[in-house]
Amino acid sequence: MAQPSGLLFSKEHEWVKFDGDVATVGISNYAQESLGDIVYVELPRVGSAVKQFGNSGVVESVKAVSDLFTPVGGEIIEVNGSLEDEPAKVNRDPFGEGWLFKVKVADAKDREKLLSGDQYDAFIAEQK
Amino acid sequence: MLRAVGAGSLEELVHVPDAVAVRAPISVPPALAESQLLDRMTALAGRNSAQEYTSFLGAGAYRHYVPPVIAALSMRGEFLTSYTPYQAEVSQGYLQAIYEWQTYVALLTGLDVANASVYDGATALAEGAIMAVNATGRRKMLVSRAVHPNYRAVLQTYADGMELRIDELAYSSDGRTDFSGLAEAVGGKGYAAVVVQSPNFFGTIDPLPRDLAATLRASGTLLISVTAEALALAALATPASWGADIAVGEGQSFGVAVAYGGPHVGFIATTNEHLRRIPGRLVGKTLDKEGRDAYVLTLQAREQHIRREKATSNICTNQAHCALTATIYLAALGRTGLNACASLNLRRAHELVKRVGALQGFERRFGAHFFNEVVVRVPGRAADVLTYLEGCKILGGVDLGRWYPELRDCVLMAATELTTQAQIARLVAALSEFTTRPGARVAVRD
Repeated sequence: MAQPSGLLFSKEHEWVKFDGDVATVGISNYAQESLGDIVYVELPRVGSAVKQFGNSGVVESVKAVSDLFTPVGGEIIEVNGSLEDEPAKVNRDPFGEGWLFKVKVADAKDREKLLSGDQYDAFIAEQK
Repeated sequence: MLRAVGAGSLEELVHVPDAVAVRAPISVPPALAESQLLDRMTALAGRNSAQEYTSFLGAGAYRHYVPPVIAALSMRGEFLTSYTPYQAEVSQGYLQAIYEWQTYVALLTGLDVANASVYDGATALAEGAIMAVNATGRRKMLVSRAVHPNYRAVLQTYADGMELRIDELAYSSDGRTDFSGLAEAVGGKGYAAVVVQSPNFFGTIDPLPRDLAATLRASGTLLISVTAEALALAALATPASWGADIAVGEGQSFGVAVAYGGPHVGFIATTNEHLRRIPGRLVGKTLDKEGRDAYVLTLQAREQHIRREKATSNICTNQAHCALTATIYLAALGRTGLNACASLNLRRAHELVKRVGALQGFERRFGAHFFNEVVVRVPGRAADVLTYLEGCKILGGVDLGRWYPELRDCVLMAATELTTQAQIARLVAALSEFTTRPGARVAVRD
């Protein structure tokens, strides 16, 4: 299954979209499908510093609670507050309205450790 | 079984090193007939002289009247022998009782949600502190010195493990917390929470002043309220009304016996904002597939059997039977009964202070309002006065010098609805004997 273009992925199933030095982060369609109905998302604090692949929150579904790992390091500059009232957006539109947070990227080299859409597809295929 | 596992003998299977093994037969008296055993146990029980004493002890464990209906219900086998209600469909009774306990705690504290209980008030404080640390990401806590010293000691034990620094707020000359430096202290935005107890350990009513609640909010600092005498919640403004984000405390006063070492029953309540950080069990109410009310353990995804080391707390258990007892107590008394009981405590404690304070050499140490407990300054060392009273079969209170060296001449005394005029008269008589006994020196103060 082809992933949306213009996105990079982590092996923890987060996606990231770069726009200058700002990166928007969410979880992949594969991740939301695996988790099932998402009932709560705990997001990082705006202003907090995060490291690449560091813990940056929690996604709770009816089946499990999973940690979020940010695919890029830097400063959290915005979070998707609408998920507090409507966490199901992550299931409905994981690459759009269900985005999680935005990071002001500290090191452009973080990109090099991420997967392209095709590489991510291959990674998922391996997992199955 | 030894044959099945291929061992020749028990000793071969379980080898106990000589250094720690006891090889000689253990000296145990011969078996007794049941009737002889009963005599023996009755004789042993007879050595317990607690009932002969008049008690003014409080300091975190309070004597209150427990109507017989409470034991009649709580001691039923289906409550006494049940286990954690994982299987909701066979545990509706217990789950409903815990749900009602949570409802009572929410009502009494004025907050949105409460858990199924934790071990005791001190554990509740430590767990509340973890919530505040996780909610704010800060690693410092500002705790009033008028919070129960044992609660602070338990908090310190937790704090050591989680690299949490505890700073103290002093108490002022009227027995309330000295909040004068608070605004400045929290202005640096370094504190996860401020911890205040009301009534505090000195019995003094000590809520956070209302103007400071806004200061805390502006600095992102949470307020944790502690209640060691839960009956006070029936008489005083709720912790939520003076700004508490998290209310913790001890529910022993609600029908749970004063016993050496417990068990007691801790409570934790908080706002919806922090619902998912609340530790331990939570019972929720829902509908079954036929539309009937049904009770279930809820939000378990926070707990350690699912989240492992990432759980909100390593507490998975609760004091279900004590919480049940407290729930029955609260239901039996009702709002009116509870208010009446609290008023009675207030009156008895004020009567006690009036009578004791009229004695030469005895006076209230602090001037602020109090509920059912009060600090009395005595002539000389508190320990001497208490030892003298013990000789008169009176447990006069608690020597505050144990935790506060500057209060070595002070006794913390409690009076409840069980404190009678006659008991107060006996105490007053013994105290005046103490000051006039041969060789006594009445302390002269300036």
